[in-house]
This record gives sequence, structure tokens and C-alpha cells, in this order.
Amino acid sequence: MSRPPSAGRAGKPAKPEGRRLNIGAVRSTFAPWNDPDAVPLVRFEGVTKRFGSHTAVDNVSLDIYPGEFFALLGPSGCGKTTLMRMLAGFETLDAGRITLAGQDLAGVPPHQRPVNMMFQSYALFPHLTVEQNIAFGLKQEGLPRGEIAARVLEMLDLVKLTPFARRKPDQLSGGQKQRVALARAVARKPKMLLLDEPLGALDKKLREETQFELMDLQVELGVTFLIVTHDQEEAMVMADRIAVMGEGRTVQVGRPEEIYETPSSRYVAEFLGDVNLFETRVEAIEHPMAHLEARETKAGFYVLDDDCPGPGSTVWLAVRPEKMRISLDPPAEGSRNVLAGEIWDIGYTGDWTNYIVELPGEKLVRVARANSQRFVERPIGWDDKVWVSFDPDAGVVLTS
Amino acid sequence: MRRGPSWFNLVSVTLGFAFLYLPIVLLVAWSFNASKLVTVWGGFSTKWYAALLQDQQLLAAAWVTVRVGLLSATIATVLGTLAAIALVRGGRFRGRTMFSGMVYAPLVMPEVIMGLALLLLFVAISVDRGFWTVMLAHTTFALSYVAVVVHSRLVTFDRALEEAAQDLGCTPAQSFMKVTLPNIFPAVLAGWMLAFTLSLDDLVIASFTSGPGATTLPMRIYSQVRLGVTPEINAVCTLLIAVVATGIIIFSLTQKWRTGAAARAEA
Repeated sequence: MSRPPSAGRAGKPAKPEGRRLNIGAVRSTFAPWNDPDAVPLVRFEGVTKRFGSHTAVDNVSLDIYPGEFFALLGPSGCGKTTLMRMLAGFETLDAGRITLAGQDLAGVPPHQRPVNMMFQSYALFPHLTVEQNIAFGLKQEGLPRGEIAARVLEMLDLVKLTPFARRKPDQLSGGQKQRVALARAVARKPKMLLLDEPLGALDKKLREETQFELMDLQVELGVTFLIVTHDQEEAMVMADRIAVMGEGRTVQVGRPEEIYETPSSRYVAEFLGDVNLFETRVEAIEHPMAHLEARETKAGFYVLDDDCPGPGSTVWLAVRPEKMRISLDPPAEGSRNVLAGEIWDIGYTGDWTNYIVELPGEKLVRVARANSQRFVERPIGWDDKVWVSFDPDAGVVLTS
Repeated sequence: MRRGPSWFNLVSVTLGFAFLYLPIVLLVAWSFNASKLVTVWGGFSTKWYAALLQDQQLLAAAWVTVRVGLLSATIATVLGTLAAIALVRGGRFRGRTMFSGMVYAPLVMPEVIMGLALLLLFVAISVDRGFWTVMLAHTTFALSYVAVVVHSRLVTFDRALEEAAQDLGCTPAQSFMKVTLPNIFPAVLAGWMLAFTLSLDDLVIASFTSGPGATTLPMRIYSQVRLGVTPEINAVCTLLIAVVATGIIIFSLTQKWRTGAAARAEA
């Protein structure tokens, strides 16, 4: 499948000039959302849904482009599933509208919408075999028998389930069920595939494999995917863009690396991965740098002044654990962003070690270090005096 | 710990089953009695079964009962299933609590009161009592039982299956016919059998709502017993037991076969 080259820049470059966000994704050339001429496939405009006095979805506006792999990410109860179900037609809107390829979906019943959904519980029909499950939607479409049979074979081949065609769903493993559900949902060649926590019921190893399979499948089919998940890793690995949701609103929309490296708020920073937050006061701005002073530890920070308000205001400095360094020796004289502390706890996970360091004022910070060497001269142990430091461009200044 | 049942268990189980089944066994045994006296054994004979075929009144009553049973069970199954769907899938419609109360009330309503109420109704609207009134009355109370059976199956039925069917192009009605009904069918069938059995052995309500020419088998048996128990009645009852038992055995065999087939496919 060919990706249209983007007209705009892939990501917002971070200062200092010339440096950009660390982007690992190979699809960085695919960015229709930066192209003013691109036409979205789906538009959510001011969509609101209330259940009694509770507002499940609150004035959400989103554009999803053809060929995109879009993720709705948030904790349970944030409204992401409700938003998806409104697109599928299982929930009505209290305000706003949803358009698909220019058509207003209001009043269109689920069976007439050109989208298909893969349900969290898979919702395979227990009384039908695998091939009958896949053929179900095609029969509804009224396709000729021969064509249905051919499409079913094609789908079985696509999800590698040909030997299981005659089995009933209760004779399949969890991973096989997931693939049947996927094949059934894409068999009708929908304009858009909705996936509700598609990997939630799989174990960790299988989940990782399936993530890549889904990505390949999406490129192969050229179908727009909208996925709902609470698993940030899942969203980051698979999605072109992520909308982080909280309390019924979209908090931030962007590429995985944008959201991770330049979160817009403490909520986003804390929801995606681990983060150390320092409540600080702006001391001075020396563009492009800012001087901050931490409330609890009284430590001084010297960081990039991205969107930093003027002196005197309260801001939060967010620094990811893996962007902090830890050492037993004091850093060189005149180094910036150095914090002295004592090891409070150590979490060893094999590939990484997480050090919890207690700073003056009982403030705990988390430092992650890749265990890139098998042997070290002197390992860091409990109650060791350590120095924690980070680069001026490692932290993000947050105002909310 | 000692395995196996204790003496107390054995005795209580034996006595319990004896209390339940000894009368039935006796009834079946006496139906093969050659003697006309029900208390004297006169040797084995099937002549009372032959005599049954000659008894036009009894045969007519049996035919009425079967027709009432089949028709009322079928209508009650349709209505009861619809009531269960309304209760489970209807959401919070106005009057839901009252509706569910009214659907289930006949379960606890004394039969005499129901029979009397129906009788008063039929008299008030001056409907001639007969086959159709008995059939309607049976449908009315059997509907509740069907609703209970189907309701209990529907609440455990994954709603996402219906949504998946709609997502794949079914209207709500199609999704019910193609996905919901095949999956709840055992419960619907069980409801039908329950309704049929209830209709088959109902005496009280039938007595109130029946009229001339529509005497059901239980009514016939009851009126004959008042004149004395005859071996012929024993024979009829034996046949009834045989019909019900056969139905239950076939039902459980098919269930067993289905689960067995599933288990074999699994292996």
C-alpha cells in the first residue's frame, strides 16, 4: 500500500534548533493530519453523550484520516468505548454529529453503517462454525454463493485458520477466536474497522505478536483502523496517532512519540509511562532556557523554556525515569540539574533496573537504567548516596 | 474418611424414592391386572388397553387434551418468549415493574382463583365455554412458565452477539432470528415442553373454563374415579406416564448427544 507523502513536518522539533524528537516509527512520512488538503474519513464534531447525570463523552471533536491506525487511549470509564459505540451506531448522540466519508450518520442504524466492529468479547456466534461466522456478514450482503465461499477462503488464509474452518468457536483457543473475530469483521471490506480492546484477553507474548500482525494486516488491507485500548504500550506500538482521553474529553491527540515526549499536561505525562513531576516556581527566563526552583527539594533546574510562563508562576517539570542518570560519584563542577539523594528502593526487571531515590524533603524520584553491561565495578545498592542528573532538554515544562 | 453412603443415607433415600414412585409402580402394575377388582390380582392381561380403544368418551377426551396442549403450549411459547425478551432487552420502559409482576403473577396465583376469574370473565363477555376457552386459559398460565425459563436463559446471553449480528448487516429482527433464537432454542423448547405438560395434567382450571363437548382427559379421569377406580383408568394413566417419560428421555438423550459431540470434537 502506498502512503501519500506528507506535506507538512512530521513532528514538532524540540529546541535547541536542529534537534528533533526521537522518532522510531517507520511510518513517519504518513501524516495526512498535517496536510491541509487531506479529507478526513471520520469526523467527530462536538460529540456528547450523557448517561443520566453522568457525561460519558463530553464535546469531543476528532478527525480520522483514510488509512490511519488511530487509537483511543484512556483508563476505564473515560468514554473511549462509548465514543466508538456511537460510531458503530449502538449509542445515540446527545449533541454534536459524526460524519463518515461526508455522510452524517445520525439516524443510520448499525446494520447500514459501512463500518465493522471487532468486539472485546469477540462475540463469535457459538452455533456457527468458523467459516459460517466469517460468511455471516457476506450472506447478509446478499453476495452470490461462489463469491462468499471464495472470500471466506481468502479470509481464513489471511488469519491462518484454514485447518479450523469447520470448528465451533468453543473448540478454539483465545488467540484463534481473536483471529476469527478479526476475519469476520474485515470480510465485508468495511471503510473502517473498529477494534474494542482487541488484545485484552490475550497473554503477554501473544499480545506482542498480534500487535505486529494487526499492523501488517492494516497496511495489507488498506482499511482505516480505530482501536480502543487502556494499554498505552499497545497504542504506542500500533497507532499512527493516539487520542488520550480522560473524563469524557480528548486531552491530547498526536503521534505516539509526541504524546510521550511532549505531553500537554500532567494527566497525559502520568498516564503514558512513568514520570517524575516536580512542582516548581519559575525564577527567570533566559530564552531559550528557564530557571526553575523545586518547591519541596529547593533544587534549581535549568531547562528548555517551551511554553513556560513568566517568572513567579507555578509550573511542573516532568522528567521521564529513563532520561535521568544515576551515579555514585558526584558529577563535574558546574553541572546543571543535579540532585543528591539516597537509594530508597531498587526494582530489577532484567533488562532495566528502576532506582527509587529519596531526595531531601522526602521527595522520591524514579530513575531507570538499561542493564547494558553484565558486570560493573561497583553496583548501586540500598542506602547508597547517589547523584541523579538530567540534561536541560530532558524535561518538559507543564502548566496544567 | 469412610467412602460410600451410610445406613442412614441408604434408608432415607430408599424411603424417599419409595414414597414418590411406589404409587406409580402400583398403578402401572394394576393396569395389567386381569381382574376387574382393583384390589385382587387376577393374573397378567393387556385387555384393559384393548378396552381403552373401544371407549369413545375417553378417546375423545384424550384427543381434546392433546389438541389443547399442542396449541396452548405453542401460543404460550411464542408469547412467553416475547414477554421474556421485553423484560430483558426492553430497557427501562414505562411500567416495566408492573409488567414483570403481571407476567409472573400466575405462577403464585392459586389455580382455583385463576379458574374462577377466567370463568367469570368468559361468562361476562358471554363466550360459550368449550375447547377454545380451555385453550386460552391454559395459554394464559403456561405463558408465565415459558417466560421464566426463557428469561433465565436470556439474562446470561451475551448482548454483544446481537450487536455483532447488527454490525454485520442484520436488522434487529434478523439478528434475533439468526443469532438469538438459535442460541436460546433449548430454553424455548424446554418452555414449550413445560407448557405442554402443565396443560396435559391441569384439572382445576380446565374444570372451570371447559364446557360441554370439551372434556379433557384429567377431567374425564377425575369424574370416572369418583365412580370408583377401574383398571381402565390405570391403563390410561400408564399410557400418560409412558408419553411423558418418553418425552423426557428423548430430550435428555439429545442434550447428552450434543454435549458428547462437542466433547468428541474437542478431543
